[in-house]
Amino acid sequence: MSEMRIRKRPKYLDFYSIMFSIKLPLPGKLSILHRVSGVGIFLLLAPLLWLFQASVTSPESFAWFARIAAHPCMKLLFAGIIWAFLHHFCAGIRFLFLDLGVGVDLAAARRSAVIVFVVSLALTALICWRVLL
Amino acid sequence: MNNRIVVGAHYGLKDWLAQRATAAVMSFYSVFIVAILLVLKPADFEIWRSIFANGPVKFFTFLFALSLFYHAWIGIRDLWMDYVKPVSVRLTLHVLTILLLAGYSGWIAAILWRL
Ligand code: HEM
Repeated sequence: MSEMRIRKRPKYLDFYSIMFSIKLPLPGKLSILHRVSGVGIFLLLAPLLWLFQASVTSPESFAWFARIAAHPCMKLLFAGIIWAFLHHFCAGIRFLFLDLGVGVDLAAARRSAVIVFVVSLALTALICWRVLL
Repeated sequence: MNNRIVVGAHYGLKDWLAQRATAAVMSFYSVFIVAILLVLKPADFEIWRSIFANGPVKFFTFLFALSLFYHAWIGIRDLWMDYVKPVSVRLTLHVLTILLLAGYSGWIAAILWRL
């Protein structure tokens, strides 16, 4: 009996279960979103480099970039990238402090997870409002 | 017998440390470039381009990009190690990831030094 249970380890959960169906504490959700945001930015590096190139190369390519960037779908995508970067950035800095042994006890770690969500979402809203709208 | 997997962890601090060092470089650059953008408020192509054509900004932007690519390499490699078990597939993915990021490094250098 116990052998069967052991064989089922490690147990892999899909993203939906991690976020919504098991009652994972906030720091766990922060952590999986840190991974998701990092991978998301990685996957978008080529289009981002391409857009950056267009924006700095010539007045014509800049005009093309500006036209593309003004499209509502692109704005939505940019909003997603801005959130991903800010979440990854804030959560990353939190991890760096944890690595240094700062804020490791449970209460402090939960508090800093709340702070990361509040700060990254607020900055996302601010930047989207100032730059995209 | 040697049980080490060629595409397993490197059993050392080096990558862990490099991921943190590159994270620090990227954090400083992010604050630095946001400060520049807030001060200069680039509203047209000429100002936008001149920011990155500036020698020091170009240099630090390139360092940021290299840090990002190295950081991403370690992060994505960890991802393959977590989710992809067959050694052959994992090795292939590792090589593809390195090639992709090496290509991006050349690309960003070309973009910046053409300015
Ligand atoms: C200022 C920017 C950044 C900071 C402070 C930062 C910080 C960190 C830290 C501390 C880790 C290690 C997490 C851990 O071991 O649990 C990490 C992992 C990672 N980062 Fe970043 N990072 C930054 C930017 C980026 C960018 C731009 C990308 C895009 C490619 C990226 C992709 C990743 C990936 C894929 C991982 C691995 C995630 C995982 O294993 O769960 N990071 N980052």
